[in-house]
Amino acid sequence: MIKLFHVEKTYKSPSGTVTALKGIDLTIGRGEIFGIIGLSGAGKSTLIRCINMLEKPTSGKVIVDGKDLTMMNDSELREMRKQIGMIFQHFNLLSSATVYDNVAFPLRLAKISEDKIKLKVDELLNLVSLSEKANQYPSQLSGGQKQRVGIARALASDPKVLLCDEATSALDPQTTKSILDLIKDINEKLSLTVVVITHEMQVIKDICDKVAVISNGVIAEQGSVVDVFINPQHAITKEFISVLLSNELPVAFRGNKISQEETVGSLLLLRLTFLGESADNPVIAEMIREVSGVDVTLLFGNLDQIHGIPFGRMIIGISGAEEEVEKALNFLKHEDLKLEVIGYVQRNYSAFDKGTW
Amino acid sequence: MFNEIIPLLTKALGETIYMVAVSMTIATAFGIPLGVLLNVTGKGQILESPILNKTIGSIVNAIRSIPFIILMVAIIPLTRFIVGSAIGTTAAMVPLVIASIPFIGRQVETSLKEVPYGLIEAALAMGATPFQIITKVLLPESMPSIVAQLTTVIIALVGESAMAGAIGGGGLGDLAIRYGYQRFRPEIMIATVIILIILVQFVQFCGNRLANRLNKK
Repeated sequence: MIKLFHVEKTYKSPSGTVTALKGIDLTIGRGEIFGIIGLSGAGKSTLIRCINMLEKPTSGKVIVDGKDLTMMNDSELREMRKQIGMIFQHFNLLSSATVYDNVAFPLRLAKISEDKIKLKVDELLNLVSLSEKANQYPSQLSGGQKQRVGIARALASDPKVLLCDEATSALDPQTTKSILDLIKDINEKLSLTVVVITHEMQVIKDICDKVAVISNGVIAEQGSVVDVFINPQHAITKEFISVLLSNELPVAFRGNKISQEETVGSLLLLRLTFLGESADNPVIAEMIREVSGVDVTLLFGNLDQIHGIPFGRMIIGISGAEEEVEKALNFLKHEDLKLEVIGYVQRNYSAFDKGTW
Repeated sequence: MFNEIIPLLTKALGETIYMVAVSMTIATAFGIPLGVLLNVTGKGQILESPILNKTIGSIVNAIRSIPFIILMVAIIPLTRFIVGSAIGTTAAMVPLVIASIPFIGRQVETSLKEVPYGLIEAALAMGATPFQIITKVLLPESMPSIVAQLTTVIIALVGESAMAGAIGGGGLGDLAIRYGYQRFRPEIMIATVIILIILVQFVQFCGNRLANRLNKK
């Protein structure tokens, strides 16, 4: 649906040229929700604006629905943009127009008759659950309601693509969730291709099928959200994920030296990651039954969902005779899970002494 | 005595209102497009054109830097060409209009600058033409601010019309000078000043109310 071929964008400033995008290649499939995540200044805002040519790439090609936007003249581009809806972080609604008139705005630009506009606007306001606010002004609405108006407006011209520019960054977590649910909902109902840019991994995890991580104007890595979550390659990706999934050791072990050799009283810490059906299997119970000579301490456990797929993470500590520990590791290696051996760590008892024990 | 003053004052007030209203209407008709042009050809705007912007900007600055009393005299040939005479109420309106157009232009330009660029970007993303952006985004969004700015222009015009009165344009300024000053009639001077104060207050009051009603922010 959307293809970017080696898109570059440089800006000329008095202090020299600034390269915002350094050759971006992306393919976004029809009906996908594609997330682009990056820190501020990574180039993600420029990138999404290249898709509807609000920013013209310095070089490269932008293909949407089989048409090359970089070859279009102004009037062809205006027609094309009607098929690409866009919503914004700060909503960008007309403060002087009512909710109804804001949603009707793109239809009036296209000189559609008022009768047809009324039908369409009523339908859209119903879709975003704002029918009773039709005659209010944006200043009378909450942030979430304003973004709903923005979504209704973006959908008015029946676009094939919806671009979301940090659409939830100005909203509180509950409102963010309801807006994301709405975006997901219209993606399914209208089989719309959605491009989401954000700096929040939560947004990617909640609604995206695929993700690209952008850093310093290049795509650091991309793939399905599940793959990127399980096996992040790039440091920046790991950092984004660590906001959601703590990679730190449990408190009782934090700050202690991790060693590859066993010391007296230390535990061998393992991080287990389960995905999909394996999250339902009683792996630990089976391991204890299979390898009777090890003691297992559960230190951390968490079960989450990525895109509807169960995703579990666990840190366990095992101790026992060397060959028994070896057996346990072998058992886990053959299970359908990701095993990371952290190392031998001494338990930090002072954490308990200082507490309310 | 009142029988003599009242008709003088009403006639002068009528002339002032006539001069201000007609000049304001004509000046606004030219001034708003000028302000739009100054804005949209500016840096980073939808029809960015540095050469056009600088050229128009310089002309606007040049006219605005001429003191009104000098402008009035300097353009007498033009006034004579347009209205056929250089004296009278109608003739006084020519310099009033010429002085007000660049003033309104700058005021409108400032008002339009207050429209967040995000709104323009949103309209561009929806496939709006530059003309549609001007008529459907820039002007409606800045209308409360434009009304407030135009109120200031009207008040400036009331003052300038008094000066224009001095060269035979009639109106309250003319009355104050000829009767109040030259014929030593302080009561007429005071009455004129009071009427001017009330007039300005009234214009400001109406302007504020209208601007507030239009403001939906």
